[in-house]
Amino acid sequence: MPYRHTVRGHAYAFDDLKTLLARASPLRAGDALAGVAAATYEERVAAQYALADAPLRDFLRHALVPYERDEVTRLIVDTHDAEAFGPVGHFTVGQLRDWLLSDAADAGALAALAPGLTPEMVAAVSKLLRNQELIGAARKCEVVTRFRNTLGLRGRLATRLQPNHPTDDPRGIAASLVDGLRYGSGDALIGINPATDSPRAVSNLLHLLDAVRAQYAIPTQTCVLCHVTTALQLIGQGAPVDVTFQSIAGTQAANASFGVSLALLQEAWDATRSLHRGTVGQDVMYFETGQGSALSANAHHGLDQQTCEARAYAVARRFRPLLVNSVVGFIGPEYLYDGKQIIRAGLEDHFCGKLLGLPMGVDVCYTNHAEADQDDMDALLTLLGVAGCTFVMGVPGADDVMLGYQSTSFHDALYVRRVLGLRPAPEFEAWLVQQGIFDAQGALLPAAAASPLLGKLPAALR
Amino acid sequence: MPDLPDPLPYAGAPAPDPWAALQAFTAARIALGRTGTSVPLREALAFRLAHAHARDAVYSVLDTERLLAGLAALPLPACAVHSRAATRPDYLQRPDRGRRLDDDSRARLAGPAPAACDLALVLADGLSAAAVNEHALPLLRRLLPLLHGAGFRPGPAVLAAQARVALGDEVGQLLRARLVLVLIGERPGLSAPRSLGAYFTHGPRPGLTDEARNCVSNIRPEGLGYQPAADKLFYLLCEARRLGLSGVGLKDQSDLLAG
Repeated sequence: MPYRHTVRGHAYAFDDLKTLLARASPLRAGDALAGVAAATYEERVAAQYALADAPLRDFLRHALVPYERDEVTRLIVDTHDAEAFGPVGHFTVGQLRDWLLSDAADAGALAALAPGLTPEMVAAVSKLLRNQELIGAARKCEVVTRFRNTLGLRGRLATRLQPNHPTDDPRGIAASLVDGLRYGSGDALIGINPATDSPRAVSNLLHLLDAVRAQYAIPTQTCVLCHVTTALQLIGQGAPVDVTFQSIAGTQAANASFGVSLALLQEAWDATRSLHRGTVGQDVMYFETGQGSALSANAHHGLDQQTCEARAYAVARRFRPLLVNSVVGFIGPEYLYDGKQIIRAGLEDHFCGKLLGLPMGVDVCYTNHAEADQDDMDALLTLLGVAGCTFVMGVPGADDVMLGYQSTSFHDALYVRRVLGLRPAPEFEAWLVQQGIFDAQGALLPAAAASPLLGKLPAALR
Repeated sequence: MPDLPDPLPYAGAPAPDPWAALQAFTAARIALGRTGTSVPLREALAFRLAHAHARDAVYSVLDTERLLAGLAALPLPACAVHSRAATRPDYLQRPDRGRRLDDDSRARLAGPAPAACDLALVLADGLSAAAVNEHALPLLRRLLPLLHGAGFRPGPAVLAAQARVALGDEVGQLLRARLVLVLIGERPGLSAPRSLGAYFTHGPRPGLTDEARNCVSNIRPEGLGYQPAADKLFYLLCEARRLGLSGVGLKDQSDLLAG
């Protein structure tokens, strides 16, 4: 059933919903690479006109990836909440856009609607929004999650401290960790990307992080970002796993390329919750995503990369995650070419995640072969701060010496908190004050100030 | 006449943090110090300079004349080819084009039919031609004598512009090579803008993917030095020839031998 729109006598026809979504998507390299992007500027806007007139119910009638062949589609269809969808069930995509931006769509209404929206509906409406509308609508959402602290409260911005080291050297990791804590980073998570996925090495890192957390009684959670199968094995061996990590994507085939399935994720969720390590909550999953991952695994089924990305959020939503992180600029310029595309994608991902009810953070980042620099990251970080982003990364000096890319620094988080009046998670904020790191107003105290943290360094550094 | 305002006191550039001794444990940018919420100027400029080096490396070009002369001295016959990616922006956005030869290059390599060889060499710019310009010849000067000593018959060397790793598979097939070795500039990092990677494939042909290849990476004097890199590649290439395969089925056990 084609979707149509005519511009100056030129009748555009889009054969199906996935073609319509792809042609309506703001320009980005990955869609051009996949051969699904609009051929002209006019075609893109014609597709947006046609998309605006598409009924939301079409998304329930026509699976973009066949139900029989894809467990992510089955998850989306089988868990759709028809009752929550009811109030907008008669809307077109364009009408949903107008309603989302209206004052009627407040935090309560958006939270009630979330289970009724599918990722494809959310992706569709995002394609009709300007950046300021992606920000304005996302800002209205409040998604709160808990483990050893409370994340996502309004007026708060958390950080994931990422103390990576190219060879997982415990002293190198501990040095970056102390530096980050001293700069007020780490309330969302202290999470290491390990250089190797060997269970012994990962276990050593888990024990290192847990010892530091316990030594200073830090109200936060730790994670080593190993493969979910490694985490499951280590949970079985009694390793201190607070939060289980996994990279996920929006199709079954792309997830298979990551070596995961919904059943495996369910097993990991159950195993991690069984440890009962959280003190104020038991949200235990940490997922990372990113536009382009499905195409890079040749598993995109002809979908545009932003719609694939939104489908990954359906996977995340199933397991009530503590944190979801779009690693937006990591994938490279063949998917997001420059600062403009990275900024747009970061705002889309945050908007779509929040609308679907996820605790959405963004790794504001770029690689050296992308047409981007620190100025672009400053723009995206500031915009995400305004949009109410749940968390960003904290990397020493913005330079990840293990993964070889640039993210946000400890200083960047201080900047965005200051200019926007944002604060860390409340439990962590109290700890920072108690440690003499922040003053009562949330400003970083002079480095010379006495701090128990420096008075007795972690064992790895002694 | 109004009084001039008092000059502002300037306490000097912000100092590194008191825990700067921890810098000994990591190359990460820790204990930077700050002014307000910003990093000190010296760090801001050092970061910018590192990024500038990385960006310059991405846009660097193969020094074809010098590389051809250097290869001729080894001695290796050599020629220059180009991928289907016309420009650097095209290369960056279209990896598919960087994996295939353009028509002219393909025609030149295809005929007249070359004699079969054991090993074709491809020097590809990748994401850092500067790495190839700097490291390829020193590496080959150490590797080739080892290969000759083990009875390898190297075929011609090919300089490939706007090229990705997989372009070597098409080159290797056209040159009827049992193995193709691609020396390519790796994605520049802030601390390593000129790092060379070496990838090889047994039975090269277009369409192979990463699991069919083996890789030795981070080749540069500050990383994996020329001689250790040559030794490791020599071991792996001998194993690939002996076993008749490359990729995930070929494990690097050279450490065990060395032990």
